[in-house]
Amino acid sequence: MAEFLTTPTGIFFTILAQCLLVTVCVLVALAFLMYADRKVWAAVQMRKGPNVVGAFGLLQSFADFIKYIVKEVVVPAGADKTVFFLAPMITFVLAVIAWAVIPFNDGWVVANLNIGILYIFAISSLEVYGVIMGGWASNSKYPFLGSLRSAAQMISYEVSIGFIIVGVLISTGSLNLSAIVHAQDGSYGFFSWYWLPHLPMVFLFFVSALAETNRPPFDLPEAEAELVAGYQVEYSSTPFLLFMIGELMAVVLMCALMTILFFGGWLSPIPGLPDGIFWMVAKMGFFFFLFAMVKAIVPRYRYDQLMRLGWKVFLPMSLAWVVIVAAFAQFGVPGYARWVVGG
Amino acid sequence: MTAIDWTRATRYFLLADMFGGMKLGLKYFFRPKATLNYPHEKGPLSPRFRGEHALRRYPNGEERCIACKLCEAICPAQAITIDAEPRDDGSRRTTRYDIDMTKCIYCGFCQEACPVDAIVEGPNFEFSTETREELFYDKEKLLDNGERWEAEIARNLELDAPYR
Repeated sequence: MAEFLTTPTGIFFTILAQCLLVTVCVLVALAFLMYADRKVWAAVQMRKGPNVVGAFGLLQSFADFIKYIVKEVVVPAGADKTVFFLAPMITFVLAVIAWAVIPFNDGWVVANLNIGILYIFAISSLEVYGVIMGGWASNSKYPFLGSLRSAAQMISYEVSIGFIIVGVLISTGSLNLSAIVHAQDGSYGFFSWYWLPHLPMVFLFFVSALAETNRPPFDLPEAEAELVAGYQVEYSSTPFLLFMIGELMAVVLMCALMTILFFGGWLSPIPGLPDGIFWMVAKMGFFFFLFAMVKAIVPRYRYDQLMRLGWKVFLPMSLAWVVIVAAFAQFGVPGYARWVVGG
Repeated sequence: MTAIDWTRATRYFLLADMFGGMKLGLKYFFRPKATLNYPHEKGPLSPRFRGEHALRRYPNGEERCIACKLCEAICPAQAITIDAEPRDDGSRRTTRYDIDMTKCIYCGFCQEACPVDAIVEGPNFEFSTETREELFYDKEKLLDNGERWEAEIARNLELDAPYR
């Protein structure tokens, strides 16, 4: 058996099994996160939320899943059928493949890419294609408006996310996500993570992540008040489900990135306790809770406000921070240049 | 050059509104829920609630309706249709009393107009059907409703009587 695993076929099957394991785990977790999202939203509005299917409504997402699958697929008469069906698939596939480089624990990663963060950045930039194609192929005005908004919004905030990540990369000296987590391993536990030296950027990253994943208060591409559901208007059944899963997966991916970049990934916050996947999951859960809370408490931004925030506030701030971090790292301010210390 | 409102700028950059909102959201997060688990739990109804119609009977089993057709006349939606003939014992009774529940606007005028408290709107609001035809109520259905809801209807009429 051990010999088989070293042959090319064996390596192929090992990687395949790893991919399947990550995908299945993430998808199952997603079902419960969707439930958690709704519950948090409900609780803030003093409602109970889904509580009928299964104990405490835990199986609600699975019931919804079945409902989506068995519904009729409606295709608008004027739609470009190929692109119309390609769009949700692209959204879904891109959302899934980004997980390949996320380290869940020391060495628990499907593809330990040295340019992991670049890979994620590229994938999340491509995700806008699903939205644009969906809106365009529907051949209808609201989806088209929604997808136009989405394109401008995601590009705007990717710029600032890019600069925020550059700050972290300057501190680490590596683009490998595992290396970024290792660089945060220090004797102070919670206080040796990047959130402390990069404090303002934590908030910027969080808000940009909201915009990047079309979550409230930046859900203008969906904007049910004026665009009904934006680019999703013409979608039904399984294609719609794929859009939903893709979006939520991008949200969870942003939680994972937040955890890895600023909050030490799988590292334990208290120096004595063992590190492990538990911490990674707990931190991601916490950030998902914050995402859900934000969804519950904020009103939607106006489009010009969104653009103003992106280009006139976040971009200069993150750009300035890159310069500051570079200077700190150059002159050896403690905590900023870990590649000098750690090698 | 306009002066900068430093207080406001500081609040803005420290995300004061965001944290305030988060605090308020968390406060409400732990508040008791306002949800009623309908259909397992239901909210209270006023005695004046105007729900599904019913035709009542006297305690001795005689139907109250004397076919005066006041309800038919006052009905703004013209949802009520009545035919009447003298019965064998000479008393005037309806042979047909239909309410088209799809036309009815639940205004309660029929109940107000009725001199003998025969047609009433009871407390039942859960009478949805799967076909339209089932909502064309006839006399039999209305009398049946009267028997089923008599206890609640009588109680509601009694409670509302001082205000009429």
